[in-house]
Amino acid sequence: MITTRPHFAKTAAAGAALAGAAALVLSACGAPPETTGPTASAPDFIGCIVSDSGGFDDQSFNQSSYEGLKKAEADLGIQVKEAESKSNNDYETNLNGMMSAGCNLTVTVGYLLGDATKAAAEANPDKHFTIVDFAYAQPVPNVKPVVYDTAQAAYLAGYAAAATTKTGIVGTFGGVKIPTVTIFMDGFADGVAAYNQAKGKDVQLLGWNKAAQDGTFTGDFEKQDKGKQFTQNLLDQGADIVMPVAGPVGKGAGAALQEAKAAGKEVALIWVDSDGYLTAPDYKDIMLTSVMKKMDEAIEALVRDDTEGKFSNEPYVGTLENDGVAIAPFHDYDAKVSAETKAELEQLRKDIIDGTVTVTSQASPKK
Amino acid sequence: MSQLDPSSSAPVEDSPATAQAPPPVPVAATTAAKTEGVSVLREIVAGSGLVSLLAVVAALVLGGLLIASTDRQVGRTLGYFLARPTDFFQALWTAGTSSYVALFQGAVFNPRQGFAPLLETLTVATPLICAGLGVALAFRAGLFNIGAQGQIIIGGTLAAYAGFAWHLPFGLHLLLVLVLGIVGGALWGGLVGYLKARTGAHEVILTIMFNYVALYLVDFLLNTSAFQRPGETNPISPRLDETAVFPSLTGSRLHLGFVVAIALTVAVWWILSRSTVGFEFRAVGANPSAARTAGVDVGRSTILVMALAGALAGAAGVAQVAGTEKVLTTGVAASYGFDAITVALLGRSSPWGTFAAGLLFGAFRAGAVQMQIQTGTPIDIVLVVQSLIVLFIAAPPLIRSLFGFGRRAKRRGPRARHAQGTTAGGAA
Repeated sequence: MITTRPHFAKTAAAGAALAGAAALVLSACGAPPETTGPTASAPDFIGCIVSDSGGFDDQSFNQSSYEGLKKAEADLGIQVKEAESKSNNDYETNLNGMMSAGCNLTVTVGYLLGDATKAAAEANPDKHFTIVDFAYAQPVPNVKPVVYDTAQAAYLAGYAAAATTKTGIVGTFGGVKIPTVTIFMDGFADGVAAYNQAKGKDVQLLGWNKAAQDGTFTGDFEKQDKGKQFTQNLLDQGADIVMPVAGPVGKGAGAALQEAKAAGKEVALIWVDSDGYLTAPDYKDIMLTSVMKKMDEAIEALVRDDTEGKFSNEPYVGTLENDGVAIAPFHDYDAKVSAETKAELEQLRKDIIDGTVTVTSQASPKK
Repeated sequence: MSQLDPSSSAPVEDSPATAQAPPPVPVAATTAAKTEGVSVLREIVAGSGLVSLLAVVAALVLGGLLIASTDRQVGRTLGYFLARPTDFFQALWTAGTSSYVALFQGAVFNPRQGFAPLLETLTVATPLICAGLGVALAFRAGLFNIGAQGQIIIGGTLAAYAGFAWHLPFGLHLLLVLVLGIVGGALWGGLVGYLKARTGAHEVILTIMFNYVALYLVDFLLNTSAFQRPGETNPISPRLDETAVFPSLTGSRLHLGFVVAIALTVAVWWILSRSTVGFEFRAVGANPSAARTAGVDVGRSTILVMALAGALAGAAGVAQVAGTEKVLTTGVAASYGFDAITVALLGRSSPWGTFAAGLLFGAFRAGAVQMQIQTGTPIDIVLVVQSLIVLFIAAPPLIRSLFGFGRRAKRRGPRARHAQGTTAGGAA
């Protein structure tokens, strides 16, 4: 082994050098740009974002909020600074870093950053903050909470699922049992129940019991294999439509459902947070709909307001009424959802908006 | 290079090959020939300071190249490399150095804040040092303690509960929090020692499983109302009382826990090099059979060293909940339990080496924040650098051949005659 290693190293080095040279020859023939002066003066508004430990690629609220800020960068020409937190330890340091970087508006994501955001806001009363998916019991003057009454949209998804299922069983599971997750499951459960009541049917929901506030959770927002396993369990119990509320773990659910579809079963997936048909296109062929929280739009609107001097600490509550939450179009499933169901969903949407139907969840933002 | 580690345990290095090897490369190829896990551990522990230093340098250089390769300007200038190559090299240099300059400014000194970032480095280093000492102590006794993560969690959980659920006067409260955290970690570690001593179960498997038990235990507890904030159902504990947290030093995030970390380093140094139990630990680590023959109670020694290792990790848990976090979440241990293994390896399991390695990693972590914000370099790069360091340390021959002093080592080893002259030259 000792005698062969240097040979290997030599060969590898030679190979790498060759590949490098080839890449150089292939790519290095472009023309240099004209030397120019500095580009147009940087806008003086700095928008910043600190993620929670999920990171900006979490397929969930970190990612949506981040995309909102990036949109603001593109549309409004603000300057963006970002800090990804790797652990709970990083929140305070990241926020301090943002303060020294001169951020005008700092977006923080999730309840884990609640304390740190409040501390930074109190230490920097002239700076603005917004925190996604968390509201303080006592409002902080320079922090705007962005929260969602997700149950309203999940209710419509539950109704649509109950109307579409062939087996009469639908399923859901969560990542971690926190209010921002269970609110999806509460609304979904109510939507299924509403369908049963309206049609005299008995569609069952697996994975969440609203009355007991208990159900199935994978334990984190990372392990996709668990999402696959949980979905397989639901399928084994007869469910044919599954709504994973677990960020990237939902991809595991998508994989399990695709396998079931390949085996000839008729199954469907309900995505959460964003329109999965667009954001998780690998599974678009099984995507019935998505329960969307339009955090990107909210964040961009908030940045626009702040640049125009219209910041307030009044909580933003995303609802069906202000289109902060919604269900996504059925896309490929459009033909499989009856016109009757679509009409009923539209009516329900109106009823929820005007208050005829109220969707309740323990996790709903407090008014 | 040998003066880097004054407390090096020369007396108990039982392997004659290691002890007689020339100073620049104490770990000769002869020891590598041994296949036992213990001898691998011993080799890493006995690795020279130079290898640690070069591992850090090599990892930084590779990390720099990685940063540069992801840099947009570097890619753009590569597009017209033949027309104006200077642009490319300038961009390469700028990308690499600007990131490291930001890292340094976030970790040690910058013109705007003076040495304030250094305090942040010390803050981040505190739990790393404590947990690293725990891993290092177990290494010296020949045990792979992979369980620092679980020990931090249990220590942190007990400490946090005492901190938010009980309301006691200043001083007493903090003392109780500290003691409970240390006891919690000691129990969690000691249990592993007990199981190993009594049943012979391997400590690696035990500690890994205990990590899971601890993680899901705290996860469960945080879903009970006893650990949640009144009126909330998020899995986050109430804030610890002001009387239960380490007082801040110099008005920054740096807290009294750092002083505790220094005291623990001294204590571990004393245990290992001045006390009878420490001598027993090292004897068991060097050769359990010989130690047993010499009258050392190996089982008792195993339990004790694991309890002490757990206590040190428990102190790291206290540094977390009573130092920086001030609340309990499932992420209380972050990745400190695993980083601690790296720190102990880099510090070659000596108390002060671990202390220094903890400071270095603290600097990486503190600086990474600034680097990310200032230059947009992903924070993952720092994790890559850390991982490369471990890779290089765990494979000393790699570093030796990389820096060209493997040739001498081979000549002195009995295997040198097998190596052909040309290949040895090629490695240089």
